[in-house]
Amino acid sequence: MAVVENQSSIKGGEFLIKETEASQIFIPEEFTEEQKMIAETCRDFLRTEVHPRLDKIDAAKSPELMSSLMDKAGELGLLGTAVPEEYGGFGMNFNTSMLVAESLGTGHSFSVAQSAHTGIGTLPIVYYGSEEQKAKYLPKLATGEWKAAYCLTEPDSGSDANSGKSKAVLTDDGKHYILNGQKMWITNGGFADLFIVFAKIDDGNGQLDKNLSAFIVENDFGGITMNEPEKKLGIKGSDTRQVFFNDCKVPAENLLSSRGNGFKIAVNILNIGRIKLGVAVIGGAKGSLEHAIQYANERKQFGISIGRFGAIKHKLGEMATRIYASETACYRAGQNIDDAIEDLKAGGMTDADAKLKGVEQFAIECAITKVHGSEVLDYVVDESLQVYGGMGYSADAPLERAYRDSRINRIFEGTNEINRMLVVDMLLKRAMKGELDLMGPATAVSKEIMSIPDFGAEEEDVLFAKEKKVLQNLKKAALMIAGAAVQKFMMKLSHEQEILMNVADMIIEIYAAESTLLRVEKLIGIKGEEAVALPKDMAMIYLHGAVDKCISAGRSAISSFAEGDELRVMLMGLKRFTKIEPMNLKDARRRVADAMLAENKYIF
Amino acid sequence: MKILVCITNVPDTTAKISFTDNNTKFNKAGVQYIIGPYDDYALARAVELKEAQGGTITVLHVGEADSDPQIRKALAIGADDAIRVNTEPADSYYVATQIAHIAQQNSYDLILMGRESIDFNSGVVHGLVGEMLGIPSFSPVMKLDIKDGKAEFAREIDGGKEYLEATLPLVLGCQEPIAEWKIPNMRGIMTARTKPLQVVEPVSVDDMTSLESYSLPAPKGECKMIPVEEAEKLITLLRTEAKVL
Repeated sequence: MAVVENQSSIKGGEFLIKETEASQIFIPEEFTEEQKMIAETCRDFLRTEVHPRLDKIDAAKSPELMSSLMDKAGELGLLGTAVPEEYGGFGMNFNTSMLVAESLGTGHSFSVAQSAHTGIGTLPIVYYGSEEQKAKYLPKLATGEWKAAYCLTEPDSGSDANSGKSKAVLTDDGKHYILNGQKMWITNGGFADLFIVFAKIDDGNGQLDKNLSAFIVENDFGGITMNEPEKKLGIKGSDTRQVFFNDCKVPAENLLSSRGNGFKIAVNILNIGRIKLGVAVIGGAKGSLEHAIQYANERKQFGISIGRFGAIKHKLGEMATRIYASETACYRAGQNIDDAIEDLKAGGMTDADAKLKGVEQFAIECAITKVHGSEVLDYVVDESLQVYGGMGYSADAPLERAYRDSRINRIFEGTNEINRMLVVDMLLKRAMKGELDLMGPATAVSKEIMSIPDFGAEEEDVLFAKEKKVLQNLKKAALMIAGAAVQKFMMKLSHEQEILMNVADMIIEIYAAESTLLRVEKLIGIKGEEAVALPKDMAMIYLHGAVDKCISAGRSAISSFAEGDELRVMLMGLKRFTKIEPMNLKDARRRVADAMLAENKYIF
Repeated sequence: MKILVCITNVPDTTAKISFTDNNTKFNKAGVQYIIGPYDDYALARAVELKEAQGGTITVLHVGEADSDPQIRKALAIGADDAIRVNTEPADSYYVATQIAHIAQQNSYDLILMGRESIDFNSGVVHGLVGEMLGIPSFSPVMKLDIKDGKAEFAREIDGGKEYLEATLPLVLGCQEPIAEWKIPNMRGIMTARTKPLQVVEPVSVDDMTSLESYSLPAPKGECKMIPVEEAEKLITLLRTEAKVL
């Protein structure tokens, strides 16, 4: 099939070497009336059905309550947003399903169940299912009549997913696979009607395939048993179990996609899961911050509301800033994915293939948003709890649950460590394949650090000229370090995980800071500078924070491998590329906090 | 059965209220708008009646284009079509005249609305509309069934409820627990954009009122707790501190 590449469209990972225009990014202010109504439906559902039952959900000993909530969500159509209309869903675009994920973000354990069902449970069939498989299963999954779970992880196979030991042997008559294996941490395990199971096919001679295959396994196929729900730190209401497959008889036609394609399915579905997680946690973070704002207004000490203290304002302003940045990054990438999908479809690709390929093109951004979002949430629940003081530690106040429930997000859908390494690994692989010209800019930077710094050239007198220069320089710093590390370690760079983490940290911060600045620039174009004063404050707060983090990560990386002259030159380069004009960030955070305190909510 | 549901577009209950133009205009900046909560109950009951007995629901709103999101929401919840009288409503009499004008042209069996809006809270529009159309009106109605062309309903009265029966057509001002608020589902939201929203110009109405200015209630004072055993202190404090005695 000939696919015409749209040359004008943005490529994944390209932000690091190319400047993006504000007009090229989607900002949440551009959501339509209809999309906003969808978001409101999600929030109303949580408010009426989930929030009043959070204690019950967490204390539930059996999965009936969660299952009934899923039914209600299904009645509202919240389980079918990403399923094509011809299979009983609503076929919404990627960014709309992102908005749904965000709007359900304060649902605690319910959100986990919902996203596991609609994401990793349903999407493998949406993207890889045959016509028959789609027609048979998707209508049931879209309405919630059937609930789905995803079985990839095993006791000895977590981040190294392709090392799983579960096996499937084709029967002599070729009609069934006999599935055996043990799966761990299976969300929705206790009430799932359908499992997406990954296992390696064994021809019967004891020789397992190198790669995983994926199967659609109905609970009724028999041979499926499970342990009691796991006892966990958080998301206690999420029904998570070990699932055992003992001679489970799976019809041969329930092999998903082709033999040995399972690992690819797992990876591609996880790409989607990652960015959806990245935006769902932002929904959760906004919820936590709102609690903190309200408490800061209510709680009085020394005769005044604690929100009037600078230490509290600092927390509120910083939390809002990080949330704003992460949200912006998510929807920017989400729209890039939507655009890529449209381009690919216009080039003749099928809907399912285009969606997969579109997400794959932005797999780097998916990993970035996952890491960034989950760490913003952890920061926000921690600081929100701190605003509550002693009361924050009480299970009667809302932050105790939020604090515990947040922690899993840095672990599942690929740990943040795996995702950080993926960010760098994917960038380098694309560079090697010639898809992304990293070497050119990296070489230019290495020449630049040997030359005399350009002191003279005044920035143009346009909006954010200085800030854009800062971002350009941060990109140079990241390229300088990545380039030098590649030269130093060549193929062995993958053994230098500490350096990869440092470089990933720089790239993640650059993406978030740039997204925020572009959103504000676009908003200023629409509403004028005065109306966007607070978002502008946040863009500046974020940019300064990003510079600090890049300095810290950069120093750490450089001193991990460079010595002598190289070390000195690179540290000087880092210093040169991380210059930023100081500003009064304390006042900026205060302005952001004061505005939220006045409205008693998160207002951006 | 043809049902007309009249909805208001009001600031969210948590909105911060302030005024501009020398306290003569409500400051809409940053304010989130919603369908009037009582109107939302009326709409929810109308949808239930339609689901059980068939019929059509038209949503009517007197207001400007910035109300369209709330009208679309009403369509997403289950109304079939909508009419917006394109004007800034002046007062209850003005709104009632517009509603009555639309109702005269379309002969509805049932005209439902909230017992009152939650911005100006006059609570008289249903009575005015009934009077203008020459049909009965009741409020606040908290239970409603339609049987054989008759409405059986309950109304809240001082100290209890009264159960009434009346023939259609009727105008009813509604309140909870007549129905539970409905959350629009995805299907509803996606079909809402295809449902007709007709914009009509208002009929002219003589100015019955004019607005001088708005003012906010005085901010709540500090609350002082007095232990039961010191109750006698209260009198002194009311005299010396609060200075109300």
